[in-house]
Amino acid sequence: MGPASAGRFRALAWAPALTVASFALPIAAGLAGTLAPAFGYLPTIGGTHASLGPWRELFASPGFATSVRLTLATGFASALLSAFLAFGFCAWASGRAWGPRAAAWLAPILATPHSAFAIGLAFVVAPSGWAVRAVSPWLTGFDVPPDVATVGHPSGAALVLGLVVKEVPYLVLMTTAALAQVRTHEHLALARSFGYGPREAWIRAVLPQIWRQVRLPVLAVLAYSLSVVDVALVLGPGNPPTLAVLAVRWFADADVRLWFPAAAAAALQLAVVAASIALFVALERIVARAGRRIVERGRRESPLSWLAAGAAATVATLCALACAAMAGMALWSVATQWRFPDAWPAGLSLDGWTRRLADIALPAWNTVAIGALATFVALALTLACLEAEQRQRRAGPPPALTLLYLPLIVPQVAFLFGAQVLLVRAGADGALVSVVWAHLIYVLPYLFLSLADPWRALDPRYARAAASLGASPARVFFAVKVPILAKPVAIACAVAFAVSAGQYLPTLFAGNGRVPTLTTEAVTLSAGADRRVIGAWAVMQALVPLAVYVAAVLLPSRAGAWRRRDTP
Amino acid sequence: MATAGHAVNAGALALEGVRIAIGGRTLVDGLDLSIGAGECVTLMGPSGCGKSTLLAFVAGSMDAAFDARGRVLAGGDDITALPPERRRIGILFQDDLLFPHLTVGGNLAFALHERARGRDERRARIAAALAEADLAGFADRDPATLSGGQRARVALMRTLLAGPRALLLDEPFNKLDAQLRGEVRRFVFDHALERSIPILLVTHDEADARAAGGRVLRFGDGGPPRS
Repeated sequence: MGPASAGRFRALAWAPALTVASFALPIAAGLAGTLAPAFGYLPTIGGTHASLGPWRELFASPGFATSVRLTLATGFASALLSAFLAFGFCAWASGRAWGPRAAAWLAPILATPHSAFAIGLAFVVAPSGWAVRAVSPWLTGFDVPPDVATVGHPSGAALVLGLVVKEVPYLVLMTTAALAQVRTHEHLALARSFGYGPREAWIRAVLPQIWRQVRLPVLAVLAYSLSVVDVALVLGPGNPPTLAVLAVRWFADADVRLWFPAAAAAALQLAVVAASIALFVALERIVARAGRRIVERGRRESPLSWLAAGAAATVATLCALACAAMAGMALWSVATQWRFPDAWPAGLSLDGWTRRLADIALPAWNTVAIGALATFVALALTLACLEAEQRQRRAGPPPALTLLYLPLIVPQVAFLFGAQVLLVRAGADGALVSVVWAHLIYVLPYLFLSLADPWRALDPRYARAAASLGASPARVFFAVKVPILAKPVAIACAVAFAVSAGQYLPTLFAGNGRVPTLTTEAVTLSAGADRRVIGAWAVMQALVPLAVYVAAVLLPSRAGAWRRRDTP
Repeated sequence: MATAGHAVNAGALALEGVRIAIGGRTLVDGLDLSIGAGECVTLMGPSGCGKSTLLAFVAGSMDAAFDARGRVLAGGDDITALPPERRRIGILFQDDLLFPHLTVGGNLAFALHERARGRDERRARIAAALAEADLAGFADRDPATLSGGQRARVALMRTLLAGPRALLLDEPFNKLDAQLRGEVRRFVFDHALERSIPILLVTHDEADARAAGGRVLRFGDGGPPRS
């Protein structure tokens, strides 16, 4: 290795530290900036002494206890139900040849932002929604929408439904990836030779083996479900709302004194997530011990098989619901008039779209620009980390990189307010670059986690062969590794872009409300605008990341097509 | 011996008119074979000749890409259409495939048939199987702490505890080093033949065939294997 490349190598060695700093520093600074006002300290609005006043105010606010209960109930219900359904579905699909292919069909659901889905679901399950319309008035006798709350039900059931529809595909995909890491096929064949049916075999012999890989995604789903804001704004109860929504509502209030209890609520949100993770880990131990005892009893048939079949049927229903949600918002966006209880709009026209195009243009541009920039920076950092790892010939990633999971666990409200205060002080709030940085915090882990496995799995002999032909490390990287891995790189970028396009709270806080994206506008409008308008925004919101995903799937295979043609 | 999973109805394992093909290539054709209780038949052939596929056909775990005809009978029952979990055909692979999430005892309990009921009886069965494998007191050990030979012995005891009515050996000694191979081989044949169940061994190692001591069939390309 020459002196020049040695210098570059040293620069690369800093990549992991730079990567970790890019998200860990804003999170740490933001947490500090939230915790200080939670204890009464924020000099710019008159909080000069530490006090427990914000906490007293929080605890005394009407509906506080209900908020906490609601947060815990919806968080745990969403996470446990999603995990149960995802694993049940995988168990049920394990004996079937099409199982792996089914996972590919989940991608569109994954690329769609949570809030777009929530809006589509609201169109279906609302009292005046498609589901009721389909059976009215011939079955129900309803000529006007029934006066009940489905969306925004105090129990949070609609919120749980919205989260489960989105998280089940994510967990199924994570499970499928984990299955490739263990000897699934052989262990299933073995367990079946002992007399266990395919579903029993999967649950008893395979699931415990992949648990180590899938528990982090399950924990991420739990943390996300406890802290989600945008889906809760669309589908969750309004009064009292979940804790995170309560905090955001107070932060957004014109009365700045409400920032103190808001900061306390955000800090409590952090504690709630931490306590929930501890509870989850305790629960995990109990289940593992009970599970081992059940396995050792050796029963060949158990209710587990039927539970798996039930889970698969539920997943099929959820998929139908997801399709109805997507179709519903598309239909509303082109409806001229759609009165209750008609199951179909009176007329279809693109006029609404042409009228709204001018409004949509800037947020759409912002979405694309922020997503592209955040993805580009995240890709550069990720590739630098992975390349440094291989040049140092390390066995695995540096331990600091486990911090990548931090943004997936720490609640957004808990640090975004503090980060906003810092941005305001620096005069950088509302700048595009601030929003890009806020998105990078979330884009980076997803891009890294989806690219790391294929990158590390690349046969090292390609690089060695190229090096032995005299190629420099840089040339090996650009002319060998990147082209061979073009497909996983493209997919990881599409995943990263979708993550950016779906960000609501980071856009709102880092942009200080002045950088509208498709997601922020759609969520804001969902509170009360005309369904034809909301439909158009939600469709755009879903379409942009989906288009990027389709391009990512098609482009690398098109690019290589000329080599595979028949003629010389 | 009243220890690990005695097969009660250990009749013969019979293959009738078996033909296996994939994508127009015939791997096995017109195979008729009957293996008596307590007999071990060895199938020999180079890798890729379809011998492992034949075992998968007998076990019921063959990939759907293969096209197979013919019948499999165990103890007189036609098991061709049964799913693997209802065939009661034990199989030992190249790798021991001990479940890493269970202890040694847990691995054995996983396989021990349901006829052994109650915690005490199951524990006793497992302890007896471990004693038979010279591994008394190993029940609570993690399989990762065992040596290669110990793992191979546990894998065999596990397969026998399920009470199979026939045993398939898919090159089970292939990955062991030369010194260990002879020892494990002796252990497997001694303890498997003791159950007086039919055994079908697939291998490309002549020494395996000699140790098995029974009939040897050689796989060629396509046509029926020759003795």
